[in-house]
Amino acid sequence: MDWFYIQGILMLAGINLIAVLGLSLLTGFTGLFSFGHAGFMAIGAYLGAFMTVSPTTSPAGLGLPFAVGVIAGGAGAGIVSYFIGRITLNLKGDYFCIATLGFGEAIRLILNNVQLFGGSRGWPGVPYKSTLPAIIIVDILAVIFLANLVRSRHGRNMIAVREEELAAQIAGINVFKYKMIALVVSAVYAGVAGVFFGHYMTFIQPKMFSMTKSTELTIIVIFGGLGSISGSVLGALLLTALPEILRAFEIWRLVFYGAAVILIMISRPKGLMGGMELTPAGLRKARNERKARILALKESKNGQNGEAGLG
Amino acid sequence: MADILEISRLTKRFGGLAAVNDVSFSVPEGGIFGLIGPNGAGKTTIFNLITGVYSLTEGDVRFRGKSISGLPPFKIADMGITRTFQNIRLFKNLTVFENVLTACHLGASYSIIDSVLRLPRFRKEEKALFKKAENLLSIMGLTERRDLVANNLPYGMQRRLEIVRALALDPTLLLLDEPAAGMNPDETEQLMRLIVRIRDEFKLSVLVIEHHMDLIMGICEQIVVLNFGIKLAEGCAADISKDPKVIEAYLGATEEV
Repeated sequence: MDWFYIQGILMLAGINLIAVLGLSLLTGFTGLFSFGHAGFMAIGAYLGAFMTVSPTTSPAGLGLPFAVGVIAGGAGAGIVSYFIGRITLNLKGDYFCIATLGFGEAIRLILNNVQLFGGSRGWPGVPYKSTLPAIIIVDILAVIFLANLVRSRHGRNMIAVREEELAAQIAGINVFKYKMIALVVSAVYAGVAGVFFGHYMTFIQPKMFSMTKSTELTIIVIFGGLGSISGSVLGALLLTALPEILRAFEIWRLVFYGAAVILIMISRPKGLMGGMELTPAGLRKARNERKARILALKESKNGQNGEAGLG
Repeated sequence: MADILEISRLTKRFGGLAAVNDVSFSVPEGGIFGLIGPNGAGKTTIFNLITGVYSLTEGDVRFRGKSISGLPPFKIADMGITRTFQNIRLFKNLTVFENVLTACHLGASYSIIDSVLRLPRFRKEEKALFKKAENLLSIMGLTERRDLVANNLPYGMQRRLEIVRALALDPTLLLLDEPAAGMNPDETEQLMRLIVRIRDEFKLSVLVIEHHMDLIMGICEQIVVLNFGIKLAEGCAADISKDPKVIEAYLGATEEV
């Protein structure tokens, strides 16, 4: 395997990771499942391409620098998600999930049928701008932003919404607002990922942002463990690399991919990390929780489990 | 003593069924007020109407003289009304400490930018929140269990944690929905003392729904009895327990021979 090939896989994993981190906030921390985030990636990819593609090619772009494309792609996806959220975030549970599925497909079909950006034939001539260092820097920033957000009162409020929506409301948490924040942040992440994806492939086509892509992102989040940033990172790296490692199996590789995911989910139903973080503080917390559980178990065996613990 | 909560002509209809029908009563400030009645009498519905979980069909709920009907639950919580649930609703996968810490959030006002960039305002306010949560746990005797995941707590302690989480909001009115459900007489006794202690220490008014008559009769200064959504009687414990209408609702009418 040459470096160019490995670098390509790393870049794809890094790009996937950006989108997965955003989805991790929405699904893992706030408890909303989405099957339409490829739609936000598509918005990012097309807006980004529109900014950077040279005005002389067809379909023409604006020929602006890549950074403008990244900002536009992220902001555009975020703004669209805000309006989508206004309509759909009041839907309960599965209904929200179905609405996102519809949204993702709608975006793909619109791009397929509107000829402005090449329609279903796609849009060639997107400049090759995604470099491995740039992706790694964005990944690191994305992790820091997310980790700091999650470990704040805002993040705790989102987790409370995931845990018990009614109790969260009664505890004075504006559930709608926090669902909205999670959705918009996740859409911005997906949009940025879309821009990098387009500028890595140098060609974009609506087909790339199908429901399969949305499902892949959600699978990675669940595979890594809901409510764990380190899980999302591991999941994105492993599950992007896995199909490449399995290339030796040729047409069987997707079967092996599916089997591998199922095996992991059976042996670790809460995902790879199961809500734990691979950081010093995260490990300390897990240790304290285990200690407390063992202590409580011992006490209950001694018949003084504090059931009369009131007073 | 001023009334902290005034409920006037409260009505809630679900389709053709009037779950609560023209009920009025007032909770005095600093009091412990009981709400009793057979199953399906509309007690929990009244809680849901006060806290904004349901929207009311008719009538008005006034808190400290201001109408709160139509406000969303989180705003009502912010104003100082909070509650516990009949079937405990903790943040199950979070630790005891995290449950309380989450509910302390109204004490801080730092923005998302503050938290992402870890600005001084974030650090200062976050420290204060941690301190407040620790303090509450120690007052309520849960410090030893702070790292235990709420789901693994013994039942009685889960109930207690739910009360602590409610107290973290600095409420002035606490609604307790069957806090003694599933408790033996001994635990109920302890709970009674806890409720009185909370009222005194945190300077709250308490509205409590309960089926345990010892608890209601023991601590409530005033009681409202509901049956089929209608207010049956109101008064102090001694009067209520002698009221023929109340006895009829609970035990059935005596047959004329």
